[in-house]
Amino acid sequence: MATIDRQVLLPKLIPNPDQYLMIAGLAGASKDAAGFTKDGANLFTMAGTMGASVSMGLGVALSEPKQPVISITGDGELIMGIGSLLTVASMSPDNLTIICIDNGMHAETGGQLGHTSRGTDLAIMAKGAGIASVMTIEAPEQIKNGTKFIIDAPGPRFLCARVNDGPPTPFKRDFNLSVRRQIFRTAYGAQNKVNV
Amino acid sequence: MITPDRQLWSKLVFDKLVEADVSLFSYIPDFGNTDIIKMAEEHNKTQAVLLTSEEEGIAICAGADLVGKRGVVCMQSSGVGNCPNFLSLIKGGKFPMLLIVTMRGDYGEENHWQYPMGQAVKPILEAMGILVIQVDREDELEHAIEASISAAFTAGEGVALVLSQKFLGAKAF
Repeated sequence: MATIDRQVLLPKLIPNPDQYLMIAGLAGASKDAAGFTKDGANLFTMAGTMGASVSMGLGVALSEPKQPVISITGDGELIMGIGSLLTVASMSPDNLTIICIDNGMHAETGGQLGHTSRGTDLAIMAKGAGIASVMTIEAPEQIKNGTKFIIDAPGPRFLCARVNDGPPTPFKRDFNLSVRRQIFRTAYGAQNKVNV
Repeated sequence: MITPDRQLWSKLVFDKLVEADVSLFSYIPDFGNTDIIKMAEEHNKTQAVLLTSEEEGIAICAGADLVGKRGVVCMQSSGVGNCPNFLSLIKGGKFPMLLIVTMRGDYGEENHWQYPMGQAVKPILEAMGILVIQVDREDELEHAIEASISAAFTAGEGVALVLSQKFLGAKAF
């Protein structure tokens, strides 16, 4: 039985969020990510395009191979884009970490039970896809092992954090994706990167 | 009808994209993008990214844009049907996007299965706010790729460079 409270997960797992570029998938994963960084300029969150967060993180990681990147997703969002794990494994960027906040349900739409409550193990699927380093945590005292895993394990890394059925971080984030794109790009200095 | 030499036109397209600083070539393999992808694998400034579904490529290119880099998505026309929801990033987020679509299910197609999606390509792309630039003849290609690059990476639009079967030649069965 998973006993991690998702509202304390990310702040403990990522003590230095400013060192990363972060992409978060829709619903709870984005609420948690935006809540703990206060809509940080190094974070792009989604409220649509279900299944896109791992791929967008991969695009960032392949484009800036020396820059640590984290994709934060939920079990429902990841499963919709499950093929992206194979693409990550094939390209094998060592600067990419995927964190899946697995509550085993679709909390955003009313708490309907998801596949991971019916037998699916996403860590095994990530391993099967060919991801270099895979770990599951499900108790609060294991979070520190997850922090070490994100820093030390050879990338790409997949961390499945099984959490209890509690609500995501209450935080009203900015849904304007074109504004958020500009904020992210400006903070990173993206406009100076193209060589033409 | 004599169809243009695929290696030659693929090199023209690839060179123009490299000149425009495109570094990521995401793709689902198609007969029509074979040479472009081979060139992307061999060039030292580009990476070819094999996808499992075309929509992944949209998100990968959006990720590249966040850090100031450029990507394209190469796909067969049937793959356009896998993309619409992710194309929200273009209308909603103003992410620049360049899709290179090699057609099936149009001029001269023999396979029944290809027609429904082939004929839906343009309406689907347009419904999601993507500008369609179609190439039917070899002499249109150079301007079309330049126009696609300008629209995507200078003006910041979503663009699909659609290479028709009139241009590519229809697959023989």
